[in-house]
Amino acid sequence: MTNDIIILPLVVHLFFSILLMLFWNKVNFQKVVSMVGNAIALCVAIWAFIHVYNNGTQIVESGNWPAPFGIVFVGDMLAVTLVLLTAIAGFAVSVFSTISVIKARLRFGYFSVFHFLLLGLNGAFLTGDIFNLYVWFEIIIISSFVLISIGGEKNQLEGAVKYFALNFFASMIFLTALGVLYGLVGTLNMADISLKIAEVKDTTLVEISAVLFLVGFGIKSAIFPLYFWLPASYHTPPSAVSAIFAGLLTKVGVYALIRVFTLIYGGDSFLTTLLLFLAIMTIFSGGIGAIIQNNIKKVFMYFIICHIGFMIGGLALFTEVAMAGVIFYLIHDIIIKTNLFLISGLIYRIKATTNMKKLGGLYAHYPKLSLLIAIPLFSLVGIPPLSGYWPKISLILASFNAQEYWFFGALIFGSLITLIVIAKLWSEVFWKDQPKINFPKKFIYFDQLRLGQKFTFVFPVAFLTFVTLYIGFGAEHIQQLSQRIAMELMNNELYINAVLKR
Amino acid sequence: MEIILAIITGVLYASGIYMILRRSMVKLILGIILLGNGVNLLIFLLGRITKGQPPIIDSTEKALEGIYADPIPQALILTAIVISFGLQAFAIILVKRAYKVLKTDDLDQLNTTDEDS
Amino acid sequence: MRTIILKSASSYLLPVLLLFSVFILLRGHYLPGGGFVGGLVAAIAFVLDAFSNGLDKTKGILKFHPGFFMPVGLMIAFLSGISPMLLAGLPLMTGIWADNPIPVIGAIGSPLFFDIGVYLVVIGASLTIIFTISESV
Repeated sequence: MTNDIIILPLVVHLFFSILLMLFWNKVNFQKVVSMVGNAIALCVAIWAFIHVYNNGTQIVESGNWPAPFGIVFVGDMLAVTLVLLTAIAGFAVSVFSTISVIKARLRFGYFSVFHFLLLGLNGAFLTGDIFNLYVWFEIIIISSFVLISIGGEKNQLEGAVKYFALNFFASMIFLTALGVLYGLVGTLNMADISLKIAEVKDTTLVEISAVLFLVGFGIKSAIFPLYFWLPASYHTPPSAVSAIFAGLLTKVGVYALIRVFTLIYGGDSFLTTLLLFLAIMTIFSGGIGAIIQNNIKKVFMYFIICHIGFMIGGLALFTEVAMAGVIFYLIHDIIIKTNLFLISGLIYRIKATTNMKKLGGLYAHYPKLSLLIAIPLFSLVGIPPLSGYWPKISLILASFNAQEYWFFGALIFGSLITLIVIAKLWSEVFWKDQPKINFPKKFIYFDQLRLGQKFTFVFPVAFLTFVTLYIGFGAEHIQQLSQRIAMELMNNELYINAVLKR
Repeated sequence: MEIILAIITGVLYASGIYMILRRSMVKLILGIILLGNGVNLLIFLLGRITKGQPPIIDSTEKALEGIYADPIPQALILTAIVISFGLQAFAIILVKRAYKVLKTDDLDQLNTTDEDS
Repeated sequence: MRTIILKSASSYLLPVLLLFSVFILLRGHYLPGGGFVGGLVAAIAFVLDAFSNGLDKTKGILKFHPGFFMPVGLMIAFLSGISPMLLAGLPLMTGIWADNPIPVIGAIGSPLFFDIGVYLVVIGASLTIIFTISESV
């Protein structure tokens, strides 16, 4: 079934990126056009989602070359769900960045590169060819290098050097794994590789390429022991940029791991044991790292690492219930992590600092805003009926049924650590009184903004909180969606038949 | 023939990773360039070296006849070269700017991101 | 590097190299060549001129910032990529060709315009990078 609707998100983002590049100097025009472009992309993503939900997997053969010879774009349920989440997060961050990023940074083509980043993300989710996946990954990291170093302050450049070195190394390892895999099977189409890999006689080389993929994608998705670039660099760019990185870039690594390990390397026992061990260590080290931090942004960064461990462990269990839990957790986590970093940007604008020792009294001065912020924080912990609770149930059930008690213990430990740290954060930032410190004078505080600007600050947070509430209270729908995606992932024949048109 | 290329690929990988682990930012970039070249050579090697024709169909024929070289690794290497060219250019400009702001070439002194602020 | 040999050589080589880069671009579909290497040769022509005559004179020849080539080239490539979708209902980036080849250029089709877009993007990107690096030295 070919239909061009799934290509439209890519076309929209590329068109707006080029349009914004042509108007390099007119910042106000860029702000309006970027918000309009993201709104259009959101509508197109919803349309594509509904189309694939009703009609099944859609493919587009680019260049009109049939499937194993040309590059195919595959819109199965997992891909369009992630495209929809990218569009939601992109819309919220673009509205937030029109007001929170200073004009000097916007003048360097911030919005054009932002759309290029969203183009790369959509392409990585939609492609069905493994080398095309590499190309979209490179587009993502080039855009992210530009965004992380726009502005050129001292700690930004330090973070950019560390981020650059490790991500480039990850790309090289991914390319090595690709080369080995191509040498073994002779084709680059993911569905075709999935058919041909069963006939390869040299299983050692297959395992080597699988572990190389694990290392390459593992660096990008920040699993233990490859995550050390994340605490060194994610808190240096402006909050809007951190939000889009935290919500989406690590999740592309998780998506790539899911795709490669379900489609190409089935439930190999060495790989699943290794993944499970890494997941447990990730939860443990991310949680321990989050306890000692005093800065809100660093706490959230360590939570990114900790919760990636949940998803990787669910992937390692390799049953359909576990996969449904992973997909639901992915849906919940993208929205929550983007929202948390936007909240940290909002707190920075209110109080000019994100250090928990210097903050306080937010509940007393802004009670309605505190209620709005409380919802994603408690959803992160997993308090029922908010959205964090439901995927944890699937994961705990799956780990108990698979008799992986270490992972079960790690899940409980991770949730407990999240609860402790969020409780500490809540009491430090919202409940205790404001300690007497000198506020910087030259800062534009939240109170000094006009009503329209205040609305632009709060609207993205409110929008994402609303989506979180929908995921939480409408959990039945999301659970059905996750189960459908998990069923498609565990039974490759649907994907292969749709791509190769058998 | 293939054993020589395999040894060269190994030497490029090893020297690239060794340079990345050094303390200076310039050596980091040199290591990245070496590693990129090693990866390209690996892809070339894994496409099986044959003494064949270039993969271009004659104007008189309809399909490729006989033994011909595999065109896909060549396309992969070209794409990888273009992408790493862009990344290396960015790396050079980033390190130049970082040196101007940080006034040091030593990677061990970049620790303001670890401070508790 | 302002020797008189280099100055007189570059003043002859600049137009010849530009013509050679267009030749490489147009032959790319049938023989080795194409948009990427054509763009690099054109960029090298300007860099040679910058070495021998100084960066400011080369910027005077160009008359606008080389970064302007990039969005124009991307727009041409993008339009040629989605034109099969809009005009003929074929999937993304199919090649649609005109019927008769033109004598000097060869067959006209959407891949030719895509290659021209790539050519412009590579000129823009390479010149921006090289001018940025040599300005800050």
